[in-house]
Amino acid sequence: MSTDTTYTPVQDTGFGKKAAGPVGWLDDRLGLAGVAKKNLRKVFPEHWSFMLGEIALWSFVVLLVTGVFLTFWFQPSMAEVVYDGSYAPFRGLEMSQAYASTLHISFDIRGGLLMRQIHHWAAALFVGAMIAHMLRVFFTGAYRKPREINWVIGVGLLTLGMVEGFAGYSLPDDLLSGTGLRFVDGMIRSIPIVGSYLEFFIFGGEFPGEEIIPRLYMAHILLIPALILGLIAAHMLLLVYHKHTQWPGAGRTNDNVVGYPMLPVYAAKAGGFFFVVFGFTALMGALIQINPVWSYGPYNPSEVTAGSQPDWYMGFSEGLVRIMPPLETTFLGYTWSWNIFIPGVGGLGVLFTTLFLWPFIERWITGDEREHHLLERPRNAPTRTAFGVAGMTFYGVGWAAGGNDIIATQFHLDIFALTWIFRFGLFLFPIAAFIITRRICIGLQRADQNRILHGYETGVLERSPDGSYSERHAPLPVLEQYRLTAHDRLPELEAPAEADANGVAAPHGRVAKLKARARSFYYHGAIDKPTTADVQHAEEHLAHLDGHPNAIGDDFQGVSETGIPKSH
Amino acid sequence: MSEGMSDEIEQHGSSTPARTEPVQDPGLQPHQWRPTDVDPAQERRAERQVAGMFMVAALLFVLFVVSYFAIGADQTFLNWSAQNFALGATLGGGLLLIGVGIIQWAKKLMSDHEMVEMRHPAKSSDEDRAAVMADINSGLEESGVGRRPLIRNTLFASVAALALPSVVLLRDLGPSPHGQDETVWKRGMRLVNDVSGLPIRPEEIEVGQLINGEPAVFFPAPGEEEAEYHGHELLAAKAKAAIIIVRMRPEDITPSEGRENWGIDGILCYSKICTHVGCPISLWEQQTHHLLCPCHQSTFDLADNGKVIFGPAHRPLPQLPLGVDSEGYLIAMSDFPEIVAPSYPELARDQKRLDQRNQEGDA
Repeated sequence: MSTDTTYTPVQDTGFGKKAAGPVGWLDDRLGLAGVAKKNLRKVFPEHWSFMLGEIALWSFVVLLVTGVFLTFWFQPSMAEVVYDGSYAPFRGLEMSQAYASTLHISFDIRGGLLMRQIHHWAAALFVGAMIAHMLRVFFTGAYRKPREINWVIGVGLLTLGMVEGFAGYSLPDDLLSGTGLRFVDGMIRSIPIVGSYLEFFIFGGEFPGEEIIPRLYMAHILLIPALILGLIAAHMLLLVYHKHTQWPGAGRTNDNVVGYPMLPVYAAKAGGFFFVVFGFTALMGALIQINPVWSYGPYNPSEVTAGSQPDWYMGFSEGLVRIMPPLETTFLGYTWSWNIFIPGVGGLGVLFTTLFLWPFIERWITGDEREHHLLERPRNAPTRTAFGVAGMTFYGVGWAAGGNDIIATQFHLDIFALTWIFRFGLFLFPIAAFIITRRICIGLQRADQNRILHGYETGVLERSPDGSYSERHAPLPVLEQYRLTAHDRLPELEAPAEADANGVAAPHGRVAKLKARARSFYYHGAIDKPTTADVQHAEEHLAHLDGHPNAIGDDFQGVSETGIPKSH
Repeated sequence: MSEGMSDEIEQHGSSTPARTEPVQDPGLQPHQWRPTDVDPAQERRAERQVAGMFMVAALLFVLFVVSYFAIGADQTFLNWSAQNFALGATLGGGLLLIGVGIIQWAKKLMSDHEMVEMRHPAKSSDEDRAAVMADINSGLEESGVGRRPLIRNTLFASVAALALPSVVLLRDLGPSPHGQDETVWKRGMRLVNDVSGLPIRPEEIEVGQLINGEPAVFFPAPGEEEAEYHGHELLAAKAKAAIIIVRMRPEDITPSEGRENWGIDGILCYSKICTHVGCPISLWEQQTHHLLCPCHQSTFDLADNGKVIFGPAHRPLPQLPLGVDSEGYLIAMSDFPEIVAPSYPELARDQKRLDQRNQEGDA
C-alpha cells in the first residue's frame, strides 16, 4: 500500500533529465549497465547471523576514516624530545616524538582523543566481529564447497587483522606498548638459530633501537591495510559470485536463494548498518575510556605496571606463554628457548593452521564432493560442532590464562595453583567440551525427531476413562516439520575393502582404513532424520488428534520462536 | 525462469506423487502484510519516525559544531573530558540515528516481497573449459615454450636469481647481532637510586626493603650537565643494566659456591630484567624472599641465588657482586657474571666466553 501518487521513472524526472548526459557519458566509456543489470537487484537472504561479517567490514571502514585523521598529527619517530604540551604532569620530561605526538592528539587536538578512542574501540570490534563471523560460518558449515577459498581468505583476514591491531597499539610508545614490544622482542629472539639476526634486522639494532616504530607505522598504515583491503575485495567478489548461503526452509533449496533485492532493501539495510556501527563505536569512544596512554608514561625498559595486559585478541598467545613450563635446552652450541618459542610462535601457528586446513580435512573425512548452499544447524553435524566448541574451549583456557594474575587478585586465588589448573585444563577442558557438546547435539537431534514423529506437547492434560493422565500431542505445523528435516541424510558407512577378490591388498589400504575410521568417528552417534515411512506412520498415528485441542482463529498469527502456534 | 529470477518458486516434484523426502517442501509461503502495508495511519507514523530521526541527527551534528567551539579542553563532565563526551555523544548519536532511521525505513516502508534467484554451479561450463584449453594450447604452441627448453630454463634461472638482489637489498635493515655478554656495569661503578640518581649507602637500606636501582653512568657525573647516554642508547643500555637491591637477614641467604662475598650484610643486587622475555621485575614478597614478574609470573628466590621457583623463565636472575667504595657507597665489583635479559640462540656461546673472561680476570 503505497501513497496515491503514481511512480515516475527516474529518467523522466527533472533530475533524471539533467543527469542523463553525464550518466550516458560514463556508460559510453565504462559499459556500466552490463554490470549493474546483473547486480542491482541481486537477492540476499536474511538472518541475523549474516550481520556479523558486516560488523567487521564496517568497523574496518571506521578504522580507515579515523586512522586517516590520526595520521595528520601522529609522528612515528623514536627521536627524543622534551615534552612541552598541555598535559602538566609530563612537562619537561624526555620522551619519544611518537609518544609526545600521541599526547598532543589526546590533549591539544579537539576531537583527537575521541578519534583515538573510536579507532581503538573499532579495532577491538573489528577482530571480535571477524571471530564471531568465523564461528558462525564454522558452526553452520558455510565453508563447504564451493566456499573453501573464501574461508581461507577469511582466516587470512583474521591473521592480518590481529597483526594490524598489534602494530597499531605499539605505536604510541608508552610504557604499556613498549612492554608489548619487549615481549615481541623476546619472542623473536626465541626463534631457533636465526633469532638474534631477526631481532637486529627488525629492530634495526639492539632492542629498542630507533627503527621499530617507523617500521611498524609503515606496516600499520600502508602494507597491512592494503593487503586487508585486497583480501576484503576478493572476499566480497566471491560472496557475490557464489551467492549467499541460506537457511533451509519452505521454498528455500540448495538451488535457489530467497530474500530481498540489493536495491533497495539490502542496500538500505547494509548502508544504514554502516552508520549504526560508526555511531556505536563513536558512542563508545565518547563514554568508555580505552588505552589512556597518559597514565602509563613514556616507555622505559626498567619500569612496568602490574597487571599489564595486551589487547584482548592477543590474550590467547599471552596466556600460552604464561603457562608454559620453563623449557630451555642447549643443543649444537645454540640455546633453544622452547618456553617462549612453542607457546609464542607455535600456539598461534597451530591454531591458524588448523583453521586454514579445516574445510579440506572435513572434506577428506566425509568425501563429500557436492556444492552446499544450505546452512546446516550445528546439532546436525555433532562432531563438527563438538570440535568447534573444543577449539573455543582451548582458546578460552589460553585467553583466561593470559589474565591469570587478574583472576588471582580479583578472586583471591593462589596464582601458582591457578597456573597449574590452566596447564592441565588446556588439554583436559577441550576434551570434556568435545564429549559434552557431541552428547548435547545428539540429544537435540533426538528431540527434533520426537517432535516430528510424536508431535509437539500441547500442554493439555487429558484423563482417560480408566483414570490415567497423559499430555496430548499434536502434529507440528508442516513448515516446521520441513525445516527440521531439510538436511542431508547420513551417508552409509562401509569398511574399505582390504583386498580384492584375488587377495591382492588394496592400494592405499592404510590411508583408506584411516579415512574409514575418521569417517565413522565423524558420524558416530549422529541421529539420521526420520525415513519417509516413519513420517507416514506418524501422520496416521497423529491424524485423529487434528491439531491443537484449543481452537485457534483463522486470523491468529502468533507463533513461538520454535514455530509452534501459541494458544494460551 | 530464463534469467534465474522470478517471484514464484518452481514446485519441485509436484507432478510426481512419490515421496523422496520425509516431509515435502511446502514451497514459498504467501507474503504476509505488515501493519504499515495495510494501515495508512501506521504508515504515516513510520514515516514520521524515520524523518524525525534524520532531523534529530542533523540537529546533533549542529550541536557537535557548537561544542567544538564552546567547550574548553579543561572542562570536565563527571570527571571526564567534557569535550570528548560532547563531541562523541553528538557525533555517535547522530550517526546512530541516521543508521537506525534508514533501517527502519527499509523494514517498515520499503517493499518486503521476497524474491527468488536461481543458483548456478560455481564451476565453468564444459564448453568454456574446452575453449580456454584450446586458447592456452594455441598460446603455448605459438610461444614455443615446449620446443625451446633452453630459453625456458634460462628464463626460470634468471628469475630465480632475481631473488638474490631482493634478499641482499634487505641486508642493511640492521647491523649483525653482537654478543649480549656486556652491560654498562664495571668494577667500581656506583649503584644509584633510579629516580633520584643518588648513590646508596648500605645502612640506608632496611631489612625487607627493595630499591630500584641503576648504574651511576645513567645520570650526569658530578659537575656535569649531561649524562653519557641519551635517547634510544639510554633505553638499550637500561634494558640490560637495570637492577634491584634488596636487603634480607644474612642468615636467610644461602649463597652458592663462590658467591659468599657478593653481598654486603644481607644486601644483594640482581638484574631487574626477567630472563624470560625481558620485563622489569619488582613485585617483591619480603617474607618469602620471592620476586614475581608482573608479565608472565616467573618467580625467583632472591635468598637462593635468584633461582627460578615457578613460571616460564628458565635461567636464574643474574646477580651483581657488590662492594663498598672508600666513601661508603655501594658499588659493583664487576659486570654481571651471567647474561642478562631474554635468551637468544647464541646465549650458550656468549656465556662460555663470559665465563672464560671472568676466569682470566680472577687469575
